[in-house]
Amino acid sequence: MIEIKDLHKSYKMGSNSLHVLKGINFSVEEGELVAIMGSSGSGKSTLLNILGMLDVLDEGSYTLDGVPIKNLNETKAAQYRNKFLGFVFQSFNLINYKSAMENVALPLYYQKVGRKERQEKALKYLDQVGLKEWADHLPSELSGGQKQRVAIARAMAAEPKVLLADEPTGALDSTTSYEVMDLIQKINDAGNTILIVTHETDIADMCKRIVYLKDGVIVEDKKITQVRASQYV
Amino acid sequence: MFSRDNWKEIFETIQKNKLRTFLSGFTVALGILIFVVLFGMGNGLVNTFNEFFGNDATNVLYVFPGRTTIPYKGYKSNRVIEFDNSDLADINKNLAMFVEYTTPRISRGGLVKYKNESNNYTTIAVGPAHQYAEKTIMMKGRFINKEDIKNRTKYVVIGRLVEKDLFGSENSLGEYIDVVGSAFMVIGVFQDEGGDNEERLIYMPYTTRQLIEKNTDKIDQLIVAFKPEIGYVGAMALDRSLDRFFREKKYISPDDQNGVFIRNIADQLKQNQQFAGVLQLIVAFVAFGTIIAGIIGISNIMVFVVKERTKELGIRKALGATPKSVIGSILLESVFITTVSGFLGMLLGVFILNSLGEKLKDYFITNPYIDMTMAISATLVLILFGAIAGYIPAKRAADIKPIEALRDE
Repeated sequence: MIEIKDLHKSYKMGSNSLHVLKGINFSVEEGELVAIMGSSGSGKSTLLNILGMLDVLDEGSYTLDGVPIKNLNETKAAQYRNKFLGFVFQSFNLINYKSAMENVALPLYYQKVGRKERQEKALKYLDQVGLKEWADHLPSELSGGQKQRVAIARAMAAEPKVLLADEPTGALDSTTSYEVMDLIQKINDAGNTILIVTHETDIADMCKRIVYLKDGVIVEDKKITQVRASQYV
Repeated sequence: MFSRDNWKEIFETIQKNKLRTFLSGFTVALGILIFVVLFGMGNGLVNTFNEFFGNDATNVLYVFPGRTTIPYKGYKSNRVIEFDNSDLADINKNLAMFVEYTTPRISRGGLVKYKNESNNYTTIAVGPAHQYAEKTIMMKGRFINKEDIKNRTKYVVIGRLVEKDLFGSENSLGEYIDVVGSAFMVIGVFQDEGGDNEERLIYMPYTTRQLIEKNTDKIDQLIVAFKPEIGYVGAMALDRSLDRFFREKKYISPDDQNGVFIRNIADQLKQNQQFAGVLQLIVAFVAFGTIIAGIIGISNIMVFVVKERTKELGIRKALGATPKSVIGSILLESVFITTVSGFLGMLLGVFILNSLGEKLKDYFITNPYIDMTMAISATLVLILFGAIAGYIPAKRAADIKPIEALRDE
């Protein structure tokens, strides 16, 4: 599903250049649930941004579902993001003047899906995250966990190939975190490929594979026995 | 770009961001409103100026005799200058190529009676051409004609209000009125747009007046109308010729300021039109300044709107919004708001101008109005510049990488 070879990325900070990713080789199969771990500054978020086409790589190659991702202009990148990827952010990033349902329907709007179908699909995904009754509420009327579940529903609504989550539980307490992880595990059980960036070990343990990043290189990549979040909920 | 879905999206954004919508709409509406009102007031000012001259012919020169102040050719100073019929004949003969018509004027006041009604009126003895000089409009009967002048008939033409005062609702034509002791037959009734005073006048043949006054041939003043085709330059030349003619004939020093006076309506009109033109130019300048202020206002708001929406636009881009759709939605939203509020402001301005009408006449503003084409083009200009002003920040927002936009808190 994801194929990364010899990936380099550096940021220019004035006259200095900060080499963040120093040759990453990494691949993800369909249906995997991968945690990317590392201390801050290890390059894990940069890696996720490049995977999410929110940022561009300097060197190396990136293939997503057999499509080489390179030299994308903004329009093409937007189309690919819409088609291939779902995003879940630490700060939820819901649009605050749109209701839960409208937020979930937004990626479908950019897929040019008709209004009626959009609403039906949005309701279906809200139902899957258990928030059907909250469809007409604004994000400000929802709790943190609910917001993240809306964000997950929004990421899933476009039916992406890969779900990318950047510290999805970073702003949540542990009970809510486990609820969100339970949801993510269930989505993964349904066959979806998911990548999670986290620095919390208990969250990482709930994935099927952990990739450790340190100073821009992968230091460890291991498959683990998944801890089910449902037992904590 | 103009699908129903896009519009729904834009309406939702507008509805849910009322302050933003109100601010940008208000700026545009106010800009257009002030523009329309100011421009209309400018036109009202010009209307007032034109009205000063509108009720009289503008191709005429009034010539008045005066009193000399400088001794000249053996004559002492302080000599009273008088015009007589020969002056009229000389002008008609010598300046024929310039002159369209001439008429003398001899004004006298006095008591006028009909049956039991009586009142004081000014009676002006004139020639037939006086009708054109004053733009006298005949309501019934006729004005004084050449035969009246030749035969020295005792006919009068009375103003609408004279008839109303003396005759009430009765018909005055053919009736005899007593003008300072002599009976005159009413042969016509006139109206004049110059106002009530001009409709309280009585006209009679100047020869009849001269006959009454011991068969004199003196004339109070002269009205000389020039042919319109000689234009402003010709009018000024005629002005000088008349001046020279009277100074030579009446032995008035060329340096004497008071021997003879010529009031050149064409010259006055031109000066007033220039003054009104300058005033209108100033008003137009201020009005266009308002439009520019409106454009700057809407630009500022657009910059603010895009700044405020940076994060939202980042989210949208992460979810698959293309730069084109980002620019499109911002522009469509701004154009929609400016169009609606621009035309609202314009209509309100036009409405205010229409309802003002004559109310500001005391302030020299008569019937303020704005040409609809002008009002609409000003509105379109503001909409266009609003769109251009919106495009620049929208383009910049669309070019920001979503990751940077998302980091924006």
